[in-house]
Amino acid sequence: MGDLMTTFFSGQVPVEAYLGVSLIMFFAGVYGFLTRRNMLMILISIELMLNAADINFTAFNRYLFPAQLEGFYFALFTIAIAACETAVAIAIIINIYRNLTSVEVGNLDQMKE
Amino acid sequence: MQYTLLILALPLLNFIVLGLVDSKWKPKVAGTIGTLVLTIVAALSYYATYEYFSFHKVNGVFEKLMPFNMEWLRFTDYLHINLGILLDPISVMMLVVVSTVSLMVHIYSLGYMKGERGFERYYAFLSLFTFSMLGLVLATNIFQMYIFWELVGVSSYLLIGFYYTKPSAVAAAKKAFIVTRFADLGFLIGILLLSYFTKTFDFEALTSGNASVFAGFTGVSFMGISVLSWAMALIFIGGAGKSAMFPLHIWLPDAMEGPTPVSALIHAATMVVAGVYLVARLFPIYDLYTPGVLHGIAYVGAFTSLFAAIIAVVQTDIKRVLAFSTISQIGFMMVALGVSKMGGEQGLGYMASMFHLFTHAMFKALLFLGAGSVIHAVHSNEMNHMGGLRKYMPITNITFLIACLAIAGIPPFSGFFSKDEILTAAFQFSPYFGALMTFTAGLTAFYMFRLYYSIFWGKEHKHQHTPHESPLVMALPLVFLALVTVFAGFIPFGELVSSDRVPFHSELDLTVASISVIVALFSITLATIFYRKESKIPSLLATKFSGLHKAASSRFYVDEVYLFITKKVIFNNVSRPIAWFDRHIIDGTMNGFASTTQWGSLKIKGVQSGQVQQYAYVFLLGTLVIAALVLFV
Repeated sequence: MGDLMTTFFSGQVPVEAYLGVSLIMFFAGVYGFLTRRNMLMILISIELMLNAADINFTAFNRYLFPAQLEGFYFALFTIAIAACETAVAIAIIINIYRNLTSVEVGNLDQMKE
Repeated sequence: MQYTLLILALPLLNFIVLGLVDSKWKPKVAGTIGTLVLTIVAALSYYATYEYFSFHKVNGVFEKLMPFNMEWLRFTDYLHINLGILLDPISVMMLVVVSTVSLMVHIYSLGYMKGERGFERYYAFLSLFTFSMLGLVLATNIFQMYIFWELVGVSSYLLIGFYYTKPSAVAAAKKAFIVTRFADLGFLIGILLLSYFTKTFDFEALTSGNASVFAGFTGVSFMGISVLSWAMALIFIGGAGKSAMFPLHIWLPDAMEGPTPVSALIHAATMVVAGVYLVARLFPIYDLYTPGVLHGIAYVGAFTSLFAAIIAVVQTDIKRVLAFSTISQIGFMMVALGVSKMGGEQGLGYMASMFHLFTHAMFKALLFLGAGSVIHAVHSNEMNHMGGLRKYMPITNITFLIACLAIAGIPPFSGFFSKDEILTAAFQFSPYFGALMTFTAGLTAFYMFRLYYSIFWGKEHKHQHTPHESPLVMALPLVFLALVTVFAGFIPFGELVSSDRVPFHSELDLTVASISVIVALFSITLATIFYRKESKIPSLLATKFSGLHKAASSRFYVDEVYLFITKKVIFNNVSRPIAWFDRHIIDGTMNGFASTTQWGSLKIKGVQSGQVQQYAYVFLLGTLVIAALVLFV
């Protein structure tokens, strides 16, 4: 740990730091996805997981293949797609709200059977 | 002679049309159309007969013609089923019999069935039967014959059960179908055996006398009897079923539940002689390769003949008397075939059998139609509801008398000639046989005149309304058939039909003829004494031989034996255990599978909740487990 701290404060950020952040973000997203009942909160959790993945892409690109840019572009794509997905999801959620006046996933069982 | 195809096609077409329009046409229209079509068929048959016998004799032998033959189903290169038309003396003779009797019955039914429910249906079935029977006699191969054989069985079933609201008619129809179908199983196995070893179904190949066809049978035997004998015996069982030979005769008396014209057509003149026709068709095989089976046929025929004649003496239902008389007469035909050999004078029995088939068809149809006329007048089948009818029904009386004289064998009526040939053939075979058949012929004369006197003479029964002569459409067929009965005996039958298709001249054997005539006259005299006026002798005799009388009245308990075997033995010991096994073991297993699956699916149904979060949770746990496995194991 001391080793890590030394490098951290010496001005050069190691890759483990990025991975640590992304790990925390990812599992925060998983936890939120599993436990939240509000659809908006679930959507936010999904965004968290996606962003965690983006951080991984950029970090690995920067540290493992500094001469190439695929990871960055991939991250950009993911951000764009995540934006679209969020737009669609919000539209669905708004429609559900108009029909049921609720955005709780537990109430969404009218389509079953 | 391509036009013979029409003889088959017209009745079929008629059946389809009448069956489809059902009750949309007036009954009278349907009946008239049916009759007209049959008239055309009969005319075509007569023309075909004339043409065949006049122009198709080559070097003194009638040729076998196949104006039409097409392959219908091919199994192997050798084994294929054809459908076609075969013309030879016996099939042409049968054409005449079937179309004549069928036409007469069609005309007669216009009067007899008037106002019945399902009149169109009746005519449709009659056409179906005519089609099947004609197809049977014209068959070119044994499988085609089998197909039409079964069709005949079906149409017989439909016609016996025509009054389907009457339970007894339904039971009789079922009985007839099941018994004959059971016999046909033997026929089918026989066909399969025969075709397996000879590699052909074709009558031409089978009966040409070519020994190489039967080479496959050499040395093959089963239970000490050659397989060819088995095959031919099994085929005969099929014939015995249709022709009501003992012990498969039980269906015929019950079949009298059908309308009387149907009995005349199917159960007297045409269908029941199909067995005789079958044996005649395969006669060269029986004679050349399995003479033992042929003799067996003679014994079965003789026993049936005597047995049925004894029962006929004590029956009181007039149609049943005629039914047993039919069984007895078919026995005569079987005997004639059984004692015959191939060729010329030796083949007298064959010719006699076909001759008797022809004459019997005519006079037995006449008897049945006459009985129908009587039943139409007094509305009863029972003898003791009749009596003294000769004053009211002169035409029926005279035609019935002619038929009785013919069946009793009094010259110059047709039955005398044909029966005489049979007796001559039987005497040639063995004197005992001849004596037995002469005795049976005497019994025949006795019971026929008992029937005649009980209906038309004797004490007059009080009727609810005065009996009247039948209308013209019913009287006309009677008169026509009576004329045929009077003159058919003078047809030089040997010149037309013989075992090897070579015409021969048969002389009356005067000794045999005089013996049989004396016996017949004696029996008729006895019957006259007993039944012409009321007499105490019959009841005295009945009490004296009460055992025999009772047994014969109950038809020697053959039906009871069948019932015992089927109900008590087969149902209880075989069918019930099998039914139990089916219901509990087989159904139980299947139901078990079903309920286990249902129980399992109910249990795991909860897993598929539709809650994505729950799925994700399970998915995550799975991932963690796999990760742990990869990392630590």
